[in-house]
Order: sequence, then structure tokens, then C-alpha cells
Amino acid sequence: MKVKPPKKALHFLRWFCREDYLEEIEGDLTEIFRKQFENSPRKAKWEFIWSVIRYFRPEFIKSFRNSHQTSTVMIGSYIKTSVRSISRNKLFSAINIVGLAISMSVGLLLIAFTHDLLSYDRFNEKGDRIYRITSHAAFRGEYSSTFATTSVKVGHLIKEKIPGVEAVTMVQTEFAADANVKGNSVPLKGYYAEPSLLQIFSLPMLKGDMTNALREPCSIVLTETAAKKVFGLEEAFGKTIQFKERDYQVTGILKDVPFFSHLQFESLVSYSTIAPQIDKDRDRLSWENVYQRNYVYVLLDKNTSADYIQVQIDAICAEENKANKEAQVYVTLLPLHDIMSGEELQNSIRPVMPKIVVWIIGGLALVVILSACFNYTNLSIALAMRRNKEIGLRKVIGAGRRQVRMQFLAEAVIVSLVALVLSFGLFLLLRPQFMTIAPELLKMVKLEVTVTMVLLFIAFAMVVGVVAGFLTGVFFARINIMNALRDVSSVKVFKGLSFRRALVVVQYTLTLIFITSTLIGYVQYKNILAFDLGFNTENILNIDLQGNNPEQLIHKLKAVPEVKGISQSKIVTSVGNAWGAFVKYNGSRDSSLVFTNFIDEHYLAVHDYHLIAGQNFITRPSTKAATSEIIVNEKTLRLFNIANGDAQKAVGEEVLLSSMQDAGKKLTIVGVIKDFHYGKLDEEIKPVAFTYLTPDRFLRSDKMDGLVNVRLDTRDPMETIAKIREVWKSVDPVHPFEAKFYDDSIEEAYSELSAMIKVIGFLSFISISIASLGLLGMVVFTTETRLREISIRKVLGATSGNLVLLLSRSFVLLLTTSALIALPVTYLFFEMAVLVRFPFHENIGMAELFGGLLAVFSIAFIMIGSQTIKASRSNPSEVLKSE
Amino acid sequence: MKIHTLGEFEELVLLMVAALHNEAYGVTILEGLEEKLKKKVNISAVHVALKRIEDKGFVKSRFGGITEDRGGRRKKFYVITALGKKMLDAQFELRTSIYKQIPKISFG
Repeated sequence: MKVKPPKKALHFLRWFCREDYLEEIEGDLTEIFRKQFENSPRKAKWEFIWSVIRYFRPEFIKSFRNSHQTSTVMIGSYIKTSVRSISRNKLFSAINIVGLAISMSVGLLLIAFTHDLLSYDRFNEKGDRIYRITSHAAFRGEYSSTFATTSVKVGHLIKEKIPGVEAVTMVQTEFAADANVKGNSVPLKGYYAEPSLLQIFSLPMLKGDMTNALREPCSIVLTETAAKKVFGLEEAFGKTIQFKERDYQVTGILKDVPFFSHLQFESLVSYSTIAPQIDKDRDRLSWENVYQRNYVYVLLDKNTSADYIQVQIDAICAEENKANKEAQVYVTLLPLHDIMSGEELQNSIRPVMPKIVVWIIGGLALVVILSACFNYTNLSIALAMRRNKEIGLRKVIGAGRRQVRMQFLAEAVIVSLVALVLSFGLFLLLRPQFMTIAPELLKMVKLEVTVTMVLLFIAFAMVVGVVAGFLTGVFFARINIMNALRDVSSVKVFKGLSFRRALVVVQYTLTLIFITSTLIGYVQYKNILAFDLGFNTENILNIDLQGNNPEQLIHKLKAVPEVKGISQSKIVTSVGNAWGAFVKYNGSRDSSLVFTNFIDEHYLAVHDYHLIAGQNFITRPSTKAATSEIIVNEKTLRLFNIANGDAQKAVGEEVLLSSMQDAGKKLTIVGVIKDFHYGKLDEEIKPVAFTYLTPDRFLRSDKMDGLVNVRLDTRDPMETIAKIREVWKSVDPVHPFEAKFYDDSIEEAYSELSAMIKVIGFLSFISISIASLGLLGMVVFTTETRLREISIRKVLGATSGNLVLLLSRSFVLLLTTSALIALPVTYLFFEMAVLVRFPFHENIGMAELFGGLLAVFSIAFIMIGSQTIKASRSNPSEVLKSE
Repeated sequence: MKIHTLGEFEELVLLMVAALHNEAYGVTILEGLEEKLKKKVNISAVHVALKRIEDKGFVKSRFGGITEDRGGRRKKFYVITALGKKMLDAQFELRTSIYKQIPKISFG
């Protein structure tokens, strides 16, 4: 036996070397190798490899251009044969196209969505140098959070102390006032902003001076739309707008803010208007006040890095935190382009879509798409036998592996392009559905079809086609000519069956996971909405006062017969809102955070709170300074160990309450209520204190100006609301009536859950379609190829029942396997990862765990059954005749 | 007609082809050169030189028979052409004539 030179090197040589030189070179190399091998095998090998590498130079490399030329010539042939083979196997082609189209529609949605999300704020020419300040604040141990807002002080410090910053702008988002235009009130909203805002962001100005428009106090810049709203067709620039408090001068008209901007406003008011007020307010200027709606944007110099600025900011933070006892605040720079796709922050200007959510949904979509691609591969390989001869003949004529692969790739790409047309239709159909999955989506994305979008879609379809066709191509390229052209029956049809079985199992496992997750999620979601929070939210309508005097409204509401009770409160609890204060009790050295709400004397009764000791508020103070009473829940008693947690004895005890707005104040506990859920259900029971709602609690900022809670007893809520709306109009003709049922607010608070359930539900629908199509293809193919066997069995006396059992047995086995994997996985996933976030959840029931399984299996059995029964009923004489 | 020049290594290979008359192919040329030069030569260098002098018309080639030693590949034999021989003669003459001009210097 002669020794052989290293295989890999030889293959490499044969691949690149010119054919007319190859024989000589290979021969010489081999001869030298053999001679050396006798002395030292190792050295001979290395020498050989090294020599091969030495040949890799222009003189010896064959020209590759030629082979490409032939392949472009071949494309026409590829397309022709592909179209022929697609139309020859109509059923399988239809299954492939439909399957790919369904799964690709998800991909299209996702591409469009990501495209929109990533196009946010891209209109800013200096966008890559713009950063927003994020504040990470920890308030005296208890409570910490990350805010999109920051303190006024941070803005000032950056301006004063940090070099390398081209511009800084502070924005306050709470401007809202009613313009008085010829006797009509027109509500106007917007931001207070410093002049540098227009310098940092690329917001083109139609009229006015960009640099000075926002300099003078009481200047206002309107967008085109807002100008039309206020002045109609008249020229707005230079006019004066009358507001209740003072008049504003219109110093500029801006083009409307682009849809894909995270800042959205109809007017900008000069920051200098409110600056004197802020400068007087020590609380607004404090280091820890990061929670009021003050945003700081910085524009870095062209050659300053964000890291360099961050280091300096860190130094400032360290210094300030040393001197501050109330809170530790660390601020960081958030790039403008990451705002919309970054993590969710408190006080975000608008809801964002965290990247991680996009990745998760993208991952799920990828699974679905791959699943459809594998379907394609699966079915194409199943058709191997029918096409073996074609491939064999091609090879005999002289097609290389490359050409065979190319042909199958071309076929797959054609199929996927056809599928793209179908899935584009689906995309247009699904788009409105998708937009309503979550209310924020409507405001967040447009999903408009642009040229870029279409190009992305086509590229996506090509990629899907290549992925789908690649394996098929590789499989067929390997076909042995001798086997292919010999007798058909000698070709092993079911070669690689285990691979295809595995595919079916994987697809069904995924489908079952999706569908079971949807069901479990849905049931849990319904449980959360129906959860007993510790008070009654049914039929309570919360009306936003919007700055009106509550007395008048309440008086008029009492006349409506359906109104059974009226109370007032500052905020709606149990939907994620929170209002905090610090409580100190007796000897305790440190104060702790408790959550508060300001309520009137009817609030407890209207909401059915359980008073377990003491009573309702006794006094009716009219200023916050006169407040002397407090109602707490049991958790507060336990937290501070008031009267050893005994509710009866706790009544009459005194606590010291202080908050951001109020200095410390001694309050007497007059009542103790049963624990209830102040936060959302993913939070534990919190300590809560209620104090009396005095008129001076009505702050205008943040629209947090209080609510009127109305308990209704009505058969027809729509009609009653219409009545109440009339009442509202008689009190406030300007502002539109804003009211929400308590239960609806709760539902909204969990909207991200319902959105997630809808998304997974949608995916499960798609994956069940794809898995079913795949299974159908497999069953049809198997029964068709076994038709002769079935006929012979029938002739020998097998009953239809026997045959159905024989044909469906293996499929049932596959389905059972996937059920055995999917159900435990889903169950454990929910128990270990999802439901632990909700301490008050109910257990997963049997119905939702097995419901999906039942549905999926029914569909699968119908498919298997219909095909196998059809096969078993076939007339043997018809089938065997043609032999 | 363009007058081709001959590189140093090309000249050596051409000499070797001429010397090995009728027995010159890759491996024998390589071994001959290694023996005379007393150093390792890479076969690829020999092939490059062979291709070049063949392109210049100094040698011509033909395939020999299949031998077991070469994994079924044929040998490619090279024979010097008249032009090649003329080129060698010219080179030799040039060198000797210059050499002869060297004055007799004693390096005693």
C-alpha cells in the first residue's frame, strides 16, 4: 500500500490550481512526498502542505470568472425547471408557499416594527452627539428607581462645571393652559424649553429667530398645527396669546414635530418664564428632586467622548451625594438614539419599547420562520424519489454539485418570493390587528410601506429562500448517479427519516409550548383582573377634575339618579401610581417610606374599605397645615410596631409624617383599615397612610389635580356616562370630559401582559398552521408512497381499521413525544420564571394546561385520519392494475 | 521579435534541463539543482521557472507515461530548444569574454 499525501492539502491544490498545470504539479509533489516519507513521515507531510501553499499564486490559480459566467447563463434554465417542478407538485408547492407565507408575515411585521423603532429621532442631524441625562436615585434606603428626568441642579452643574459640552437644554414638560381667543378657550399643551433646544434638535423653524425665539420670558413658539388651532387662517407670528394668568408673545412658528421623535409637543414656552419661580423654590433646586418633570439634554462637542463627560459627571455626583442625606443620585448619559429602544424609565416622556422585548419577539418569530423553512426542506427531501432521475440525468450530462445546489436554491428562492407576495397581503391584513395589540403601539409606529421597507422585505424573502433551499440542495447534490439512474425501487425513500421525525417533534413541541403559554397566561391575566384587591372597584367612575372646583361638580352630580356615592381622592391606587411620604413613630430613629393617598371622608365608604378599628376622619381641615388625622393599614402598624400591631390600641397613637412637599407633622391615627393592594399585583402589600384631602393639595403640575370618584348603580353605563358628561359640560365647557372606570384603569395597568399574551397567541396560531401543514405534507407523502403496500395488505385481508392504525401509529407516537416535552417545560417555565413575579397568583389549572394539547391533537388527528382513511378505502384493483 | 532575458534561477534551471537531456522533469531537475547548489530548493520555484522559460520558448515539454510512484499522474518532460541552446551559448560567451578581461591580479 502506497502512502497518500495529506488529503486536505491535495483537495485545496485541486480546487485552485489551473487544470493544465495540475497533473504535473500534483505528480511531482506526490513523488517528492513519497521519497521523503521514507525518511521522515512528519516532515514529508509538512513539506507537502507548505509546497501546496507556495503554489497559491496568480500563475497557478485558475480563473474563476469562467464558471460564474456559465452560472449566469444557467439562471434562465434554473427558473424554467423550478417553475415546472413547482407546478408539477401542486399540493406540496401549495403547502410550502402557504407555510412560508404565514411565517414570513410575522417576519415582515417584525421588520416593519423594528425599522420604525430604529428610525426614531434619526431626523436630528447632530443625533449621535445628543444625550439625555438619566437619574438613578435611592431615597433614604427604602426606595430606589431610575428616572428619565433629573434635577434642575444637575442641569446647572453641567452647564457650569463641565467642558466639552456644546449645549445643554432643560425641558419641563408640564406646560398646559387655556388660550383665550376671541372669547373661546383653546387648550394648549407643550414644554418649557431653553433656547438651546432649537440648537440641539433639528426642528426647522418656518418663522422667527432660531437663537432668540425662546429667550425672553413669556415667549411661545407654536407648531404649524397649533398655530392653526389657535389663530385659524390668520398669521400667528408676532401675535399675542391671552392666557388666564398672563399673555404670551408668539415668537416663532415651527414645522410640525416629526412622527418619529420622542419629543412631542404643540408649543414651546421659554424656560425663562418659569425660571424665577423655580429659583425661589428650594425643593425644586435640591439635588434629590429628580422626579419632577425636568429633562436635561446635552450636545457634546464634536471631539468629546461620552466617557470623558461621564467621568466628570461621576465626580460631581460623588461630591453632591456626600453632602446629601435625603437621597443618593447617580446620573448617566443616555444616547438619543437609545431612548426609544432603551429600558423603561420612570417619568418617560412617552412609552418606550425596550430592545429586549424586540429581541424576544424576534427570537420567537425566527423559530416560527425556521420551522417553516424546515417544512420546506422536509417536504422537498420527501419528494427526493420523484426527482432522483432528474438529478441523476443532470449529473450525467455534466452538472457539478454546484449547479445542482444552485438549482434547488433558485427553486426555493422562487417559492419564497411567491410566498412573499402572499405574505405581503397577510401583512396588510394583520397590520391593523397588530397595531391594536397595545394602545401605545398606535402612537409609536406607523408600519408604513416605504421603498426601504419593500427592499428589506425582498431581501428577507431571499434569505428565507436560501435557508430553506440550502439543505435540500446539499442533499440532492450528493445523490449518486449510479443509484439514481438504476431501478427506482432501489433508492431508499426513507433515508433520513429520523431527521424528519425530529423536525415534526420539534415543531409540535413549539406549537404546544406557544399555545399552552397563551392559555395559561390568559387565565392568569383574567384572574389578576378579577383579583380581590381589598376594596371594591366595581362601577366606580374616576373623573379627572382638570383644575375645576370639585364642589360645584359634586353638587350637580348628586342630582343624577344613578349616582349612589361620591368621594374625592388625589390619585387612583392599584394601577401602579404611587405617592410617598416618610413616617417616623415614637422612638424609631429612622423614618420609613409609606405610601399615601389624599382622600375625603366619603372615600372609604364609596370604595368599601374595611375599617377594622377606629373611625373615619373626624375633622374637616381646609388647609394641609391644619391636618391632624391619619388612617393607616395593618401593614403600617406591623412595620413600625405600633401598639404591637393591635389595631384597637393603635387608634390614638401619634406618628410623624413628612414628605417632599410637607415638613414633618404630628398626626393622630384615627382609624385602621384592613390591608389592601396599593401597588400592582406583582408587588407585596405595602404600608399605606391616608390623610385628608385639603383643597391646597390640588397642584396643577403633572395634571395630578385630583379626582372625583363616583359610584354608579346603572343598567346602562353608556347612558349614565352621557348624563355625567352633560353635567361636566355645564361645569367646564372647555376641557373634554375625562373619566375612566376603575376596572378599566386596572386593565390598562396590565396592558403589557395582555399585549404579550396577544403576541404569543398570534405566534401560536401561526406555528400551529405551519406544524399542521408540515404534518399534512408528511402524511400525504407517506400514505401515497405506501399505497401499493396498503393495497396488497387489503387484498390479503386487512380491514380499514387495521390500516388506519398502521399508518397513523408512527405519527401518534411523534405527537405524544412532543406533548411529553412541551407540557412539563411550559409548566415549569411559568412556575419558576413567570408566576414568581406575581406573589398573589392562583395555581395553574388542568383546563389551561391540557386544553391546548386537546386542540392541537384534534387538528392533527383529523389530518392524519382523513388521509389514512382515504388511503385505506382505495380500491386495490385500481392501484395494483398499473403495475 | 522581442528578445527575452534570462533570470539567474531560470538560467540554472535551463542549464539543468539541458544537462539532464530527455530525463528532465520536475523532480530530477529539483534533485540535480539541490545537489549542485548544496541547498534546499522548493519545487514550486522550479515549476515557476520552468513555466517562464517555456513561455519564452527556451524549452518544450511533452508528457511521459503513467508511473505508480506519482499517484497515477504523468511526468512532464522538458527538452531544451534550439533557441534555448543559443541563449545559453550567448550567456556563456558573454560571461567568458568579460571574465577574460579581468587583469591578472595576485591575491597573494
